[in-house]
Amino acid sequence: MQTDLLVKLIPLFPLLGFLINGLGFRRVPNGMVGLISSAAPLASFACVVLLFMGFSGPQPEKVALFDWITVGHLNIPFSFQIDQLSLIMLLIVTGVGSLIHIYSIGYMHHDAGYGKFMAFLNLFLFFMLLLVMGSNYVIMFIGWEGVGLCSYLLIGFWNKNTNYNNAARKAFVMNRIGDLGFLLGIFMIIAAFGSVEYTNVFEQAAGFPIGDPTVVAITMLLFVGAMGKSAQIPLYTWLPDAMAGPTPVSALIHAATMVTAGIYMVVRSNILYTLSPITLEIVGGIAVVTLLLTASIGLVQNDIKKVLAYSTVSQLGYMFLGLSVMGYTAGMFHVMTHAFFKALLFLGAGSVIHAMSDEQDIRRMGGLRKYLPVTYWTFLIATIAIAGIPPFAGFFSKDEILMHAYEHNKFLWVLGVIGSAMTSFYMFRLLFLTFFGRFRGTEHQREHLHESPATMTIPLLILAVLSAAGGFLNVPEVLGGSAKLANFLSPIFELSRQANPNAFGETLLTHSEEYMLMGISTGVAILMAVVAYVIYVQRAVLPESDLVERPMTEKVLYNKYYVDELYEAIIIKPIRGLSDVFYSFGEFLIDGVVNGTAWLVKQISGQSRRLQTGSISFYVFAMVVGIVLILGVRFFIKI
Amino acid sequence: MQPTQMPVQVPEVIQLIDLKYYLIISTALFVIGIIGVLTRRNAIIIFMSIELMLNAVNLLLIAFSSYRSDPTGQVFVFFIMAVAAAEVAVGLAIIVMIYRNIRSIDVGVLDKLKW
Repeated sequence: MQTDLLVKLIPLFPLLGFLINGLGFRRVPNGMVGLISSAAPLASFACVVLLFMGFSGPQPEKVALFDWITVGHLNIPFSFQIDQLSLIMLLIVTGVGSLIHIYSIGYMHHDAGYGKFMAFLNLFLFFMLLLVMGSNYVIMFIGWEGVGLCSYLLIGFWNKNTNYNNAARKAFVMNRIGDLGFLLGIFMIIAAFGSVEYTNVFEQAAGFPIGDPTVVAITMLLFVGAMGKSAQIPLYTWLPDAMAGPTPVSALIHAATMVTAGIYMVVRSNILYTLSPITLEIVGGIAVVTLLLTASIGLVQNDIKKVLAYSTVSQLGYMFLGLSVMGYTAGMFHVMTHAFFKALLFLGAGSVIHAMSDEQDIRRMGGLRKYLPVTYWTFLIATIAIAGIPPFAGFFSKDEILMHAYEHNKFLWVLGVIGSAMTSFYMFRLLFLTFFGRFRGTEHQREHLHESPATMTIPLLILAVLSAAGGFLNVPEVLGGSAKLANFLSPIFELSRQANPNAFGETLLTHSEEYMLMGISTGVAILMAVVAYVIYVQRAVLPESDLVERPMTEKVLYNKYYVDELYEAIIIKPIRGLSDVFYSFGEFLIDGVVNGTAWLVKQISGQSRRLQTGSISFYVFAMVVGIVLILGVRFFIKI
Repeated sequence: MQPTQMPVQVPEVIQLIDLKYYLIISTALFVIGIIGVLTRRNAIIIFMSIELMLNAVNLLLIAFSSYRSDPTGQVFVFFIMAVAAAEVAVGLAIIVMIYRNIRSIDVGVLDKLKW
């Protein structure tokens, strides 16, 4: 098979799926919808695997579709770039995407908007593939906007509910803020390098000195874009609200793919970031604050999906932490493992919600171990993986990030470990409250409890295998591995390595130090799991209902640090007030002028109407008078 | 038009009467026509007054064309006659129809053109 053909086919399949299901919505029979929409990502996945097999590297391969924009010296082709980084992303997106599509068949088939839902999922996948495969920033931007649109459509999928629509709007508007930064970044790139093609830009950038102000500005703006998409402080509050969408959406878009687009973008532009250490410091600061803040919020949430959402934001913080200490590979590795276990957690949560007839409050669950064995075991594996207990996937990727952080700055590492402890605690709290103890729901729900259909459990099982074994793709040398992923991705960072050889040198840590770091983070994770076990299983503590007065600190946590209220007070209210002022201004002044003009014309015409008597003689007389006047004027005034 | 360089050739018979008398009479005819149109109420009379005005103009054109020995004026006269004839044909038909409908051709009654 030719590379060109394969590359063109990859985004084509989901687009076709979207067109068939989208245009034929209500006409395509339900059985076909699932088949078409799942066949599309599977076919893409097959193409990606073939590409992966046939990829020899280390140079990126470009596939030009057509010349797209040519203005003056600026030439933006519509072309795709296949290299190590996009291959990894493609595998994640199409692989996890396929599984979630299959899962959606089971989860959504009874919904009235089933075909529409599947069409949106396919469209999302199409845009995500554009984002990942594009060979320049502009195509990335198309994908970037497209996934934002699909995110909006899918969060507000049940559009009969105003709250869901508000959540969708919130996500959309917050992402807009980020997108503005991204767009300005692209403009600056055009101004500085005269091109948006990755290869061009990076080659030119390599000639800049470290800390060049232009590069710093560009990286800052690009990071603002990443803040929006990847939900970092201050633009993170949309992600927890985005849980309003159906669960497969949360798994696909708000855990595995779209929210990691920011990380992908930073890794893609790694040379620029390497050249501006100050940006990396800021990224690191924001990432650490984000991961701690959201992890602490996750400790007291009682909605199964909200806990996972805060966990996602916090894990994204980890990824950015990895990037900020130039552990680009570690960041990507965490993107990959996180896609596995977080998708699995969300799908497991979906399975639980499905069984509990749309109940999401963990205070009303419990003891589901017996009723949902497959869901329970897979959920357990994912929980262990995310908590960072070896030998599952999360341990390797998180540990690599923490190791890089330790090399860079001990303080960052300490904060990272604290975050890791919180992660472990809230995840095990969620697991124990949901699956252990006795059932706390209603009698009706108990009768209804059942394991999900095969279309839902098979993806769970596959993801469980990946979550368990995904870490072995990049075993560090100290544990006798060969860091496969790092070697594979190495050509991507060639320029960065030349720009700043010190940062990319071999690790300075001795093996004993590395063992110590691993030991500490593992120990902390296990300790927290035990603490959670003691509290929630042995003592069977239950989170109080919302009516109980809480102590001060818990109240702050439970109300998410009042960030939403803060935004409401300092941004939304003033803007609302200003809009109201402008609205009334428009209402009274502008409308007054417009309507006044209309009124004046009406009055004048009402008066001059009386001239139209209908008598011909009067008309003729007027005509004659007029002619005489004209002649007289012409006679006396020589023009 | 280019003014002709050659001396103006005017027949002697015509020279007996000055051109300005023609001007005066045609102006007088035209003004009479206007007054007729403005004051009379019978549509036929108004019509006649219009013809009077047209003919005043014709007379003027003929006079100028003779005194300047420029045939263009004559051509215009024929045009005006033809157009006037057509106009009268149409106008009279309209007047006849109006009369058949309302049994009167008094223009004071015809105020149906009101808004």
